[in-house]
Amino acid sequence: MTQDVWVFIEQEEGTITDVSLELLSKGRSLGDELGGRVCALLLGHRIDHLAQTAIHQGADVVLLADHPELARYRTLPYARVATDLVRERQPAIFLLGATPTGRDLAPRIASAVRAGLTADCTELKIGSFTHRGETYEQLLYQIRPAFGGNVVATIVNPHMHPQMATVRPGVMRRGEPDTARRGAVERIAPQFAPGDLALQVLERQMWPPLCDLTGASIVVAGGAGVGSRENFQRLYELARVLGGEVGASRAAVDAGFVEPERQVGQTGVTVRPRLYIACGISGAVQHRAGMDQAGTIIAINSDPNAPIFDIAHYKIVGDLNQVIPQMIRSYRENAK
Amino acid sequence: MPYNCIVLVKQVPDTAHITGQAMKEDGTVNRAALPAIFNPEDLNALEMALQVRERHGGRVTVLTMGPPRAAEILREALYRGADQVILLSDKRFAGSDTLATSYALKCAVEHVGDYDIVFCGRQAIDGDTAQVGPQVAEKLGIPQITYAESIEALEAQYIVAWRAFPRGREKVRCSLPCLLTVVGSANQPRPPSARRMMAYKLAATPLEYAALLEQYNEFESAAALDAYLAERGLQIPLWDADDVGADTTWLGLGGSPTKVLKVDFVVVERQESKELPATGEGTTILVRELIDEYIL
Repeated sequence: MTQDVWVFIEQEEGTITDVSLELLSKGRSLGDELGGRVCALLLGHRIDHLAQTAIHQGADVVLLADHPELARYRTLPYARVATDLVRERQPAIFLLGATPTGRDLAPRIASAVRAGLTADCTELKIGSFTHRGETYEQLLYQIRPAFGGNVVATIVNPHMHPQMATVRPGVMRRGEPDTARRGAVERIAPQFAPGDLALQVLERQMWPPLCDLTGASIVVAGGAGVGSRENFQRLYELARVLGGEVGASRAAVDAGFVEPERQVGQTGVTVRPRLYIACGISGAVQHRAGMDQAGTIIAINSDPNAPIFDIAHYKIVGDLNQVIPQMIRSYRENAK
Repeated sequence: MPYNCIVLVKQVPDTAHITGQAMKEDGTVNRAALPAIFNPEDLNALEMALQVRERHGGRVTVLTMGPPRAAEILREALYRGADQVILLSDKRFAGSDTLATSYALKCAVEHVGDYDIVFCGRQAIDGDTAQVGPQVAEKLGIPQITYAESIEALEAQYIVAWRAFPRGREKVRCSLPCLLTVVGSANQPRPPSARRMMAYKLAATPLEYAALLEQYNEFESAAALDAYLAERGLQIPLWDADDVGADTTWLGLGGSPTKVLKVDFVVVERQESKELPATGEGTTILVRELIDEYIL
């Protein structure tokens, strides 16, 4: 077994997804701590130009498999290439984004190579583990919320390798690319069995993103306390004036006030904006798990005992239908 | 042409309605305090299988791995229309992670045999991992269609299905047999039928006989009860690791690569906060401070 850290590079139409870049940054720091290399596993067709991006983001080696059958993500051809490589080269750690693709691919590989896999990690660390009198050093601590965000579990895989984890997008910090970094690109020639091509994609419809919550530096989020779809318009206006995006708690999504895509929290997206304005959000752990890393948190709630106030830097107890328009006026009067 | 469907289901604690008593002082989960329910997306999987049977014929077999109590959701599956249900239960399964679970389920699916489509819910609400479906598919050596939202066509040895993503969808064609993980938006699961509830009320695994004998004193012995249930097709088969031919070193804690190092209750560190009045003056102080600190 090596001490290498592998990162699956998810690419869509010739662009590397943000979570893969975040994982390269994280993989870099884990690799440095373990004294191992960081390998980017890059699969696709006509994607040579992405190898340098991966290197600039922290990879030492790019394992590049270019094949027409890999042009669009499909479980079996991708799993074939990844599984064969893992068996042959034995990485210590293998990280994938907890995206629809990563969550489809990772368990398939883990099952084939009999590795432990932890889903949806929010933190990764290196540490030791003692079990039945035996101590294992330099293991990957795979940390994730469980039971609806009520607990945080730390998982380790002491015996079977690689230690595999999927990681939530938006959680790991993405470092600045270093264009001076140099690395090796190694080409892989994939070998497919006929059964690997059992599934064909006949048609694909993707719609443009409604919002970019993870990339927003200001998020104005509403909860059940907003009360209606109409009242949510005030949040949209505040977000527009401040140059931010509108997010929501699960309660607001379930009530039909906003689209599911805007959900922040354990089962939604994780955000880390400069400013988070929580309006009419009580602050269940479920929601806090997705936003408590925000730089500054403002909470507006009519209930003075709402748990969201425990993590807020600024609290305003009052009716958001009055507070938000006042805030817009104050901003217009004071902004330069 | 008829298709034989196997639906993998799980009984889960209702994590969406967690109350104060659900968490113990030491930060562990008090499962006893949580109601146990049919995992929501597994109901969508069952509904999709029932619709396949209605359109094309075939059988719907529902299989769960869990403690004796998991027979509750098997009865629920019978009420909703399943042809056959099976409980996979064995102390040696205890402590299984997703890999060991998928191995046990793979053995059970092969023991059922003669299947065309395996259905699972996309994920279970207790772990939210979404791993067991793909892992079972890999162990069975069959393709997977995750996030399945609808079946457009079943034609001889092929399935055409739509997969749903947060921002799009995809139509795929795949050879059978294959495994589908079904999303919550796929359908509206049918409610239990009153007629079937009457018919299957007594359906039980052998592990439940003692309780039934206590409740219905007309049965003189477990054998008499067993004969009565057998006559009416109300025996729920109970399979253990040996029945399904599982290698026990692949099961339970020993067969699980992942170990839980610790579980921490989420403790909120109270933030030093500044309270401002809900007035124009309050928001002006706030906005000025944020502008001064380059936050706005």
